[in-house]
Amino acid sequence: MATTEEIRTGLAEIVNEVAGIPTEDIQLDKSFTDDLDVDSLSMVEVVVAAEEKFSVKIPDDEVKNLKTVGDAVAYIERSQG
Amino acid sequence: MTSAIRTSGGAQHASILGVGVYRPSRIVTNAEICEHIDSSDEWIRTRSGIVSRRWATPEETVASMSVAAGGKALASAGIQADQVDCVLVSTVSHFSQTPAIATTIASEIGTDGAAAMDISAACAGFCYGVELAQSMVRGGSATYVLVIGVERLSDLTDLKDRSTAFLFGDGAGAVVVGPSEEPGIGPVVWGSDGGAADLIRQKAPWDDALSSGEYPYLVMQGNPVFRWASYAMAKVAEEALERAGVSIADLDAFIPHQANMRITDAMVKALKLPSHVAIARDIAEQGNTSAASIPLAMERMLAAGEVKSGDTALIIGFGAGLVYAAQVIRVP
Repeated sequence: MATTEEIRTGLAEIVNEVAGIPTEDIQLDKSFTDDLDVDSLSMVEVVVAAEEKFSVKIPDDEVKNLKTVGDAVAYIERSQG
Repeated sequence: MTSAIRTSGGAQHASILGVGVYRPSRIVTNAEICEHIDSSDEWIRTRSGIVSRRWATPEETVASMSVAAGGKALASAGIQADQVDCVLVSTVSHFSQTPAIATTIASEIGTDGAAAMDISAACAGFCYGVELAQSMVRGGSATYVLVIGVERLSDLTDLKDRSTAFLFGDGAGAVVVGPSEEPGIGPVVWGSDGGAADLIRQKAPWDDALSSGEYPYLVMQGNPVFRWASYAMAKVAEEALERAGVSIADLDAFIPHQANMRITDAMVKALKLPSHVAIARDIAEQGNTSAASIPLAMERMLAAGEVKSGDTALIIGFGAGLVYAAQVIRVP
């Protein structure tokens, strides 16, 4: 089970890899679209990579609710149960 | 007294023998698209890789574009029209349900009454056609088959839908499939998922559209389609390579359906294609032309010298249905 910080760090690496955003900018309060300029297709790439990395399922219907990095980290944390 | 029924025997191997295309005359820029939607050239390029697309004029019909592309494919294959035994036409934008447009095309192209039918397999239609054609050649029901992918998707495009208005284009691409000394078309990996039929479809069936008066434009749920096309289809592509016994090291070109440059990029990444594999990127100037996109892309790569005759290419079509098909081929 990964901790909140481990998930944030892992997610930051993914967002960096997909969208080229510096990992230090990827903080819990940042909005994917407004602050980090991750568009909807890149968000799908982030989600697929996160599913693999954290062994969780993030359905398409859920993706639109993941507005901030914190939302995504919390969802992954919950899914890991 | 019953006598045994004789069966026909076909060629041992089949290949794509020639390719021909028709690109409509009217070039439509992103600026023109943005006259109808709140968008920008930069947004469209970033989301799709599309710089411009071609839309057919009223004179550039599904039939006329097909006849032009088919004629060029026959010339490229060195086959006469009267040698063609069957014409398969894949399209979703021929608006007369009966009769099939394939019979008109077979006649106008000068075949000697070749068998002819339309295929409805959306963006996978070209690969479905190639599989049907090679099965006929190897099964003995045809020596030469003309496979045509043709679309006028501009007729189904909602100019005010900012998620799809920039996406679609028109055109025709054709190949001749016939017997060959060596195998030129690998085993197909194909299938469908009707459970996801809603993801890409016309807004309403024609009967509902006629009674409501609301035009049944193409509608699409972009993000789930992107996920399916980029990742599930990469696995299908891998399986096609495996079934053909071709490793990525021996692959010369990857020619996926030109759905969206971002899907192509994601597939290339998922497949870990090395830099020696030429990647089809016809979408930049052609838009998404559904069934026509793979032969159109192949022809551009041949013309540009990015691939040459005899090269090994992986082709994959995927789209509304959902449907998909992939195979490894030798470039004609």
